[in-house]
Amino acid sequence: MKVANKSTSAVSLVKSALEKIEKYKDKNIFTFINQENALKKAEEIDKKIRNGEQVGRLAGVPYALKDNFLSTEGETTASAKILTGLNSPINSTCAEKLEKEGAIMVARTNLDAFAHGSSTENSFFGPTKNAYDDSRVAGGSSGGSAVAVALDCVEFATGTDTGGSIRQPASFNGVFGIKPTYGTISRYGVVAMASSTDVVGFFSKSASDLDLLMSIASGRDSKDQTSLPDFYGTSDFSLEKKKIGLIKEFVESPALNPEIKSAFDEKVSLFKSKGYEIVELSLPALEYALAAYYIIQPAEVASNLSRYDGIRYAYRTKNLKDESSPEKSPLDLLFSNTRSEGFMRENKRRIMIGNFVLSSGFYDAYFLKAAKARTLIIKEFEKAFEKVDAILSPVAPNPAFKLGEKVDDPVSMYLEDVMSVPVNLAGLPAVAFPAGFTSENNKDYKTPVPLGLQLIGPRRSDKNLIALAGEIV
Amino acid sequence: MNISEKEIDHLAELSNLSLEKDEKKALEKDLQNIFKYISKLNELDTENVEPTYQVFEMENVWRKDEILPQDADREALLALSKEQEDNQIKVPKVL
Repeated sequence: MKVANKSTSAVSLVKSALEKIEKYKDKNIFTFINQENALKKAEEIDKKIRNGEQVGRLAGVPYALKDNFLSTEGETTASAKILTGLNSPINSTCAEKLEKEGAIMVARTNLDAFAHGSSTENSFFGPTKNAYDDSRVAGGSSGGSAVAVALDCVEFATGTDTGGSIRQPASFNGVFGIKPTYGTISRYGVVAMASSTDVVGFFSKSASDLDLLMSIASGRDSKDQTSLPDFYGTSDFSLEKKKIGLIKEFVESPALNPEIKSAFDEKVSLFKSKGYEIVELSLPALEYALAAYYIIQPAEVASNLSRYDGIRYAYRTKNLKDESSPEKSPLDLLFSNTRSEGFMRENKRRIMIGNFVLSSGFYDAYFLKAAKARTLIIKEFEKAFEKVDAILSPVAPNPAFKLGEKVDDPVSMYLEDVMSVPVNLAGLPAVAFPAGFTSENNKDYKTPVPLGLQLIGPRRSDKNLIALAGEIV
Repeated sequence: MNISEKEIDHLAELSNLSLEKDEKKALEKDLQNIFKYISKLNELDTENVEPTYQVFEMENVWRKDEILPQDADREALLALSKEQEDNQIKVPKVL
């Protein structure tokens, strides 16, 4: 990526980013543009460079922050009405680490409200459009971040990945995306969705940029109990077996788009030509990962989103009347009306499913059953990684779908996550990378759209995955 | 599995949501479809399998018992609420 130095000023980097942000306004990528502050910070960096002072590894690099990272610059909304008006007094640890190295946040990006979705259509601010085709979705939930990087508005962007929210939009827009090992990067100052799978990660234009960002952002944070001591900075690229696995159940799935299948086969050949052995694996429990995920994740969502009540911050309803429930006090109505007006339909679905699977009488049949399925999924991955260094897999069964195509059919939307969620349930790292485009003569995709694949590895193999992705792109 | 209107009302109450009639109908259908999908899990044999609730390698971390500086002070946090009085957040009548 381009970093400010004696010949390239930070101001020119930031200005060029702001121009592109303006140019692609109709794509609805951003929720906030940080023009004034960004230029001021750029001037300070240029001054330091002129004075011969030390500047960081990301000096003057414009980046975009997914709008579920708390920031003192502009409102933080997570693209949800219920958080509108929130001027956070704190910054996320991740953004602080980036800014310490000189990176400059130029804009914040659109997402499905509270990261609930796979298309960025569930945003209070409307959908973000695909980088290559305005009639198609950006993917989600980090759709804005993926499109911002794909259209070169910024050098990189942050994201969160609870069930595929970095990898799927990365693949829909032809950029790199990393979902790190659970706990690698601090989640302090990031709006919680499902705490047992939420991770912070990045979008970039190259594998080497991902490597740099990971080495800056990783590490233990006393403000996040689930953050791991830094392993990324101390790990080297090393493959014991030189073996790459493929998951038979995914590759042979009738739901897999033929264009993705041929992009996959191409990479398999490329790995072979580079001396890697390809090993076919069977992971039958993965078929149940999506069902388990849509129990565990809503359960955690229901708990995490119970805090939004309109009392302490952000949106508060003005409607304190409800003729149909005369027994409710004005305070009760403030809670329930704030939540009903402030959440999107998809947020409500997940909160209600979560409360259902956790309620007495249903807990054993749903939540406990899903937690047991999770164990089986983890064990199958562990066994697989005794045989191979990494697994090559599609990210999603299809390339970017049409806007509106799945938005009223939650199950078909959830099925887009079928190949990404197993990774989250097991806490594993995965890197999504670009793998070409749909072909010119494909009638289903008149405008060719990007294809993406992912490499999945055992815990703490993030560095290997980034290096492997770099080798075959 | 069938989800009745009564169950939707109960879930809305547990979720602290007040739903319009149309919304209730739509959610009834959505939740029905979602539960139909997740009941697929019943096919999976989980006999004698221990549940997993988190994938973090828990390990005790010690620190000194001292007050560390906070990122936001009392005033900044209070200022986030819509109404304040005497250094407290003001809410509508409780009873």
